[in-house]
Amino acid sequence: MDWYPLLNSLRIAAISSIVVFFLGIGAAHWICRLPKTAKGLLDVVLTLPMVLPPTVVGYFLLLVLGPHQPVGKWVMEVYSLPLLMQWYSAIFSSVVVSFPLMYRTARGAFESFDHSLVQCGQTLGLPNWYLFWKIQLPACRSGILAGIVLAFARALGEYGATSMVAGYTPGRTATISTTVYQLWRIGESELAFRWVLVNLAISAVVLVAVNLLERKKTFAKREGA
Amino acid sequence: MLRVQIESKISSRFSLQVDFTAPQGVTGILGASGCGKSLTLHCIAGLIHPKKGCISLQGTPWLDTEKRISVPVQRRKVGFLFQHYALFDSMTVAQNIAAPLRSLPREEQKRRTAQLVEQFQLAGLEKQYPHQLSGGQKQRTALARMLASQPKVALLDEPFSALDAALREGLQLELGQFLNQMKGPSILVSHDRDEIYRLCSHTLVMEQGRSVAFGPTKELFLRPTSPAVARLTGCKNIFTARYVSSHQVYLPQLDKVFTCTQTVPVDVTAVAIRAHDVSANCRENLVPVALRQAMEDPFFWSFSFHCAPDATLWWKVSKPALASSAPELPSHLSLPPEHLIPLRAD
Repeated sequence: MDWYPLLNSLRIAAISSIVVFFLGIGAAHWICRLPKTAKGLLDVVLTLPMVLPPTVVGYFLLLVLGPHQPVGKWVMEVYSLPLLMQWYSAIFSSVVVSFPLMYRTARGAFESFDHSLVQCGQTLGLPNWYLFWKIQLPACRSGILAGIVLAFARALGEYGATSMVAGYTPGRTATISTTVYQLWRIGESELAFRWVLVNLAISAVVLVAVNLLERKKTFAKREGA
Repeated sequence: MLRVQIESKISSRFSLQVDFTAPQGVTGILGASGCGKSLTLHCIAGLIHPKKGCISLQGTPWLDTEKRISVPVQRRKVGFLFQHYALFDSMTVAQNIAAPLRSLPREEQKRRTAQLVEQFQLAGLEKQYPHQLSGGQKQRTALARMLASQPKVALLDEPFSALDAALREGLQLELGQFLNQMKGPSILVSHDRDEIYRLCSHTLVMEQGRSVAFGPTKELFLRPTSPAVARLTGCKNIFTARYVSSHQVYLPQLDKVFTCTQTVPVDVTAVAIRAHDVSANCRENLVPVALRQAMEDPFFWSFSFHCAPDATLWWKVSKPALASSAPELPSHLSLPPEHLIPLRAD
């Protein structure tokens, strides 16, 4: 069994989780401070990729990253890098699709965060960046970890948009989910089943991780009370 | 000396209009919840930016909207004690106290932290987390951390409202001692008049976003000048009044003229009398009363009476002993002339 799809899926999911961690937290932090109407509007825009069919997301990505489209053309001219049909193309689709999960969980955590801690830190003369990284994020730790896990799982399972921007080339752009589909399509259902088991195992680990984090959160609350 | 003068429209129905100068020592801000007292404190700290006004400490401006000066929170050097102390839960007691010292060399941080731990009797608790501390230990940690930042002003936002009564008095004593040692002015916000009376030399009374009275605490409690101040300092009986002569007022609700020892101003609008100043023995200023409700407390009785169709009179009598039975109820009560306080409109 060729393990390339597992490796490829894991690296795509890992990289996009890191990107989404910063993007999601940044967006959540920024949106929490906006006035109500702007907040509602931007929230819709940022959550949209979660409810859109992945193929629609893929279509939009092709419109931006394609070799004849502005961004794709520019990167090709300057760095001679094609943005589509490469292993890293799947990073774009995973980021877009998993971003709302990170953003929404981070926002929920920030909104329930007791803001007087930051205000108190300001009166003590502590700079805002310090308060954000050392006080607010640790206090929202479990919510943010849950967001990362969910975003990672979503990135790992991404199929629709990925198959449009990265395609399926064995040994190059194949991921677990695209491999399962291709193997089944060509009648290799036994091999496809093995990949299904791999996928099941990863998903189970992720769910257990989320549950453990949730439990830790309720424990912390009970102790605090 | 802390000079505060702010005017800010917060919403369509609420605007803040505060003007006072807090001298050295402890100044209280007394008001019902939602009157804007906490908002005022946040403005002084720089956590909220009022639209118009100026705030300055010993002549150094912190805020001057006309000159477009606004010193950021971090550089105002205010010590702010929050209602639930706002300790950093992911840090130990020692780390909390050391947080404001982070730009100092490590050795100096350790030395100062150890000193504060000693001063606030927190020895042995350095490695504990806030959720493991008692209420008193939390307050001491918060005060130690506040002192570590070397504040020029201490601002205290309802520090005792979340505590039960037994713990509260002990912590009030501790806080009182701490405030006496503070070098700059301190401001304590509270809706509890006993707390203000105990801890503050001066008091600002606020109502619906406006500062309505300012002065030495004892003076305000002894001689409130307006109905709002009378109410907030605990006067239960307030009747509308009209000027008759310099020592007489007419109370329309009771339809009667009362004598008053204090000089009545021509523009008098009301008179007040505290529930425990109402007397059953005095023979002047009598009012016929009919019992409405009685309430027994450990050390006194509180009665409310109908004294006119739309007027209630509160009477408070101390009990000679805890288990003593209710006093005999009189048919008339007196509002002794020496205890009638004439009030003017706010």
